[in-house]
Amino acid sequence: MMNSSAGSSGDPAIRITGLVVRRGGATVLPGLDLDVPRGTVTGLLGPSGCGKTTLLRSIVGVQRTAAGTVTVLGRPAGHPALRDRVGYVTQAPSVYGDLTVGENLAHFAAVLGAPRTDPDRVIAQVGLDAHRRTPVARLSGGQRARVSLAAALLGRPELLVLDEPTVGLDPVLRRDLWQLFGTLAAAGATLLVSSHVMDEATRCDRLLLMRDGRLLAHDTPAALLAATGATDVESAFLTLVQHPQETVR
Amino acid sequence: MSAAARRTLATARRVLAQLRHDPRTVAMLLGVPCLLLVLLKYMYDRQPGTFDRIGPELLGVFPLMVMFLVTSVAMLRERTTGTLERLLTMPLGKLDLLLGYALAFGAVALVQAALASALTIGLLGLHVAGPTWLLFAVALADGLLGMALGLLVSAFAATEFQAVQFLPAVLLPQLLLCGLFVPRADMAPVLRAVSDVLPLSYAVDAMGRITRESGLSGRVLADLAVVAGSALLALAVGAATLRRRTA
Repeated sequence: MMNSSAGSSGDPAIRITGLVVRRGGATVLPGLDLDVPRGTVTGLLGPSGCGKTTLLRSIVGVQRTAAGTVTVLGRPAGHPALRDRVGYVTQAPSVYGDLTVGENLAHFAAVLGAPRTDPDRVIAQVGLDAHRRTPVARLSGGQRARVSLAAALLGRPELLVLDEPTVGLDPVLRRDLWQLFGTLAAAGATLLVSSHVMDEATRCDRLLLMRDGRLLAHDTPAALLAATGATDVESAFLTLVQHPQETVR
Repeated sequence: MSAAARRTLATARRVLAQLRHDPRTVAMLLGVPCLLLVLLKYMYDRQPGTFDRIGPELLGVFPLMVMFLVTSVAMLRERTTGTLERLLTMPLGKLDLLLGYALAFGAVALVQAALASALTIGLLGLHVAGPTWLLFAVALADGLLGMALGLLVSAFAATEFQAVQFLPAVLLPQLLLCGLFVPRADMAPVLRAVSDVLPLSYAVDAMGRITRESGLSGRVLADLAVVAGSALLALAVGAATLRRRTA
């Protein structure tokens, strides 16, 4: 299922050209171009309010756009054929608080037509085995976020779009989840993970630095540091903000 | 089983599971209409004929109101918690979702109508000239209509406060004009015309006819068809309000 996609694997998982998004009169994305290669973990980093969520929503196909094209796994974003090939985790956990962890995942698995064993597999992947029968409303914020992530892993999607999946998690869990993301990418999946925590950047194969709806940089962490002469991603970000002519593409 | 049927049943099963985790809501869904009917019976204790006239008509109104409230809030929660957006990024058809809700709450409406009909006819001794199963069928159709209207108005509410306000806005005018307070034939022509296009009028007319006339009348079946048709129409319009892409 992982590599059953139409089109050659040389195509990028995501290709965006000239994407413009306006929300409530304000232009959130003034014109964005982007390629995300398959089988990689790409980190989307930037301050809160810079347009990360809008970009992710455009890729999933739930955002009304004003101009430009967004192609995902060879098809226009939001195409019906993509609905069981793209997993999406919103910033606020979108699961049923009144159902248990197991009931939530059984429901989403049934909607997707995923194998019956899938809920057990994803519960183990996010480390919630002990809470299978707990109503989601009684879990902590971080646990709830992991239930939401688990739901996106159902059916082994080829592209995972994750909006701040590690917020509020303790360092051990964060490390475990980044390891999971790496494993999924090694198996052929493409992951686009947003975060406003710059130190998560080192976990990614590629980085997108975003500010005010524009991409400041799109490169590997090592190349980014080399180009800016910075020692960490946070300093690289600051350098790019102060000297935009050094923008690396 | 087709994929659409699987997704519809998955939705229905999930809605019922949510209800199972909320026994107080279930108790109120099933108990409140019954309690109100008992209250009505003893309110008209000294005027025996009145309960026989009003009882069946309200038997049609109570399920409508209760189902309207519950479904409008349930669907609003689905919208505000982001689960609707998640479902619409998945291979779930809008109709799968709405039919799933209709199945789950339809089952509740069935139990509710059965309890309320059995109570009014059995314990409260309501005299019905027509077939009792028809009384039950109209009560069920009313419950389904309430559900469909509730799903529809949830699209126009941003908060639960607003959703609850739709009860007086959408249902009370229908209740005032349905012939319960003033016979529809005696209303001013304009109001009469308005009541002719409101589905609750047909529900109450049907209930009145079943109580008064023995046998199976074609008029009752026509009324029943209008109520069921209105429920389907509300569901179809509700489907149009579900948008995969939002601003």
